[in-house]
Amino acid sequence: MTLKKNILALRQKKAIVEKGGGDKAIEKQVAMGKLTARERILALLDEASFHEYDLFVEHEEQNFGMASKELPGDGVITGTGSIKGAPICIYAQDFTVMGGSLGLKHARKITKIMDHALKMKVPCIGINDSGGARIQEGIGALAGYGEIFYRNTMASGVIPQISVILGPCAGGAVYSPALTDFVFVVENISKMFITGPNVIETVLGEKISQEDLGGARVHAEITGNAHFYALSELECLDQIKELVSLIPHSNLQKAARIEPKKPNFKKDIENIIPSDPKQPYDVREVIFALADESKFLEVQELWAPNIVIGFGRMDGETVGFVANQPMYLAGVLDCDASDKAARFIRFCDAFNIPIITLEDMPGYLPGVDQEHAGVIRHGAKMLYAYSEATVPKITVILRKAYGGGYIAMNSRHLGADFMFAWPGAEIAVMGPEGAANIIFRKEIMEAEDEDAMRQQKVQEYIEKFANPYVAASKGYIDAVIEPGETRGLLLHSLEVSKNKDDYRPYKKHGVPPF
Amino acid sequence: MINEKPEFVDFAVTARKYKTLLTKKYLNRKVWVDPNPYEIQSFIPGTVLKISVKEGDVVEEGAPLLILEAMKMQNRIEMPFTARIKKINVEVGNRIPKETLMIELEPVNEVI
Repeated sequence: MTLKKNILALRQKKAIVEKGGGDKAIEKQVAMGKLTARERILALLDEASFHEYDLFVEHEEQNFGMASKELPGDGVITGTGSIKGAPICIYAQDFTVMGGSLGLKHARKITKIMDHALKMKVPCIGINDSGGARIQEGIGALAGYGEIFYRNTMASGVIPQISVILGPCAGGAVYSPALTDFVFVVENISKMFITGPNVIETVLGEKISQEDLGGARVHAEITGNAHFYALSELECLDQIKELVSLIPHSNLQKAARIEPKKPNFKKDIENIIPSDPKQPYDVREVIFALADESKFLEVQELWAPNIVIGFGRMDGETVGFVANQPMYLAGVLDCDASDKAARFIRFCDAFNIPIITLEDMPGYLPGVDQEHAGVIRHGAKMLYAYSEATVPKITVILRKAYGGGYIAMNSRHLGADFMFAWPGAEIAVMGPEGAANIIFRKEIMEAEDEDAMRQQKVQEYIEKFANPYVAASKGYIDAVIEPGETRGLLLHSLEVSKNKDDYRPYKKHGVPPF
Repeated sequence: MINEKPEFVDFAVTARKYKTLLTKKYLNRKVWVDPNPYEIQSFIPGTVLKISVKEGDVVEEGAPLLILEAMKMQNRIEMPFTARIKKINVEVGNRIPKETLMIELEPVNEVI
């Protein structure tokens, strides 16, 4: 019965390491309103699906009194499992073990599971909760970070990478999430920054709290570093589950198809958009009216809300929606909106997700701050992303499509496969008032009643040019359609695009205006 | 995120005004002010280590005005053009934020 003895010994050994930093440290973790690393993994993954590796890995540091220190699992849990049946690789830093600090072995556990994910072509999820580099290990910790960043980059566009920030994630550590596809944050728990409040105060004399500097809300609303924002850890884990079910396991696959269900949005699609182009509405209602089950998982909801991005399903298959949001800043394009859309478009393209663009925007945001912030180079990212994408690309012009924004929003000229316009669409070089002021400047200036003449000329311009028919007459729009026909046509367009094969010249990679 | 009863404002994009909501980031944006060459502002937050001029002095272009220590660097702030020191708003030891109006100048030929 020696084997039985060995089994018991193994169980005992496992039980000790699985406790992480021990009861006291766990108590502290709970007092901060946080789950433990192990609880997080178990709550996220399908029941009994988690299998842990490298449980017995130990650090080898001899300096600074580390030789006698035992760090269970070296402060990180790694393994494989599944989310709603989708296989995934996962790691979770354990804050109860020396503050989740990253030493070389800790990093090697992470890079090992990342390598595994890349080889097996499954998504990789990282739960970050760490005080940062393990200072005692010196350069070893830095090497560890660098090796993680390198793998993040290698895996980019091959497997989906998800970062979950459930604690501090500061200094170099925060570059790993930045390199991944989706970052999840939780109010009062996530803290992300390159230099913390202490350094900022010492060096610059600026006093700021951790929360105001790099809390969840800041990254969800101001910086755009976060993609999903939740009020609790459990809500956050639910968001991850939903996202994973909508995206493919790798760039070699399509996202899993589910049984299609019709939209159940209560409003008639014809009644969502006011005919007056100056009046706002919530463009997400149009998405609800179009998507299966009226379900839409919005990405970066709080940041640059003047453009809406996210995933839905059409006929059971995942599509990406990009839509101008007239509710905010009249739906203009600006630096942030362009960055937001461009990255999303590239994700969809990398992972075989067709893109549906809903257009209603008056142009670019005017302002010194925008120009000086580099709206030229930011705006160009969007042109680049749309032009480069080879997945099916469909655009529906709902209302306004003016100027450079018309080109940027997946126009025919950038390679759209299908271009539809609703009958109220205004496709023109600029808004009618602006255009009339320029074209008829002389007539307006010479008129006895300038305002009356201006009004008349604006009206003339609207009738002649602010409609979808000029663009349709040139073949830039394939069809002017009734709002009620939109879903049917989108389903049909996606169906006929299934085997789309688009040629791109050979290159090592392009040079997008990063 | 959108309120039950949002209060839309007029928002001009080129010649037309749209009803819409503004974002916090837009409302907090830095509004452009034409720079006044007669105002010497701090380009970085820091500590004033030394002041080399006093009010009323006529100072030649390129002469040192003060030393502003920031990011462990002692930055020598120089006179941008020959002018008279009208007012000095900082003292040695002051820790000042970015864009603090440190020194005000006036043209030399102006009679006081």
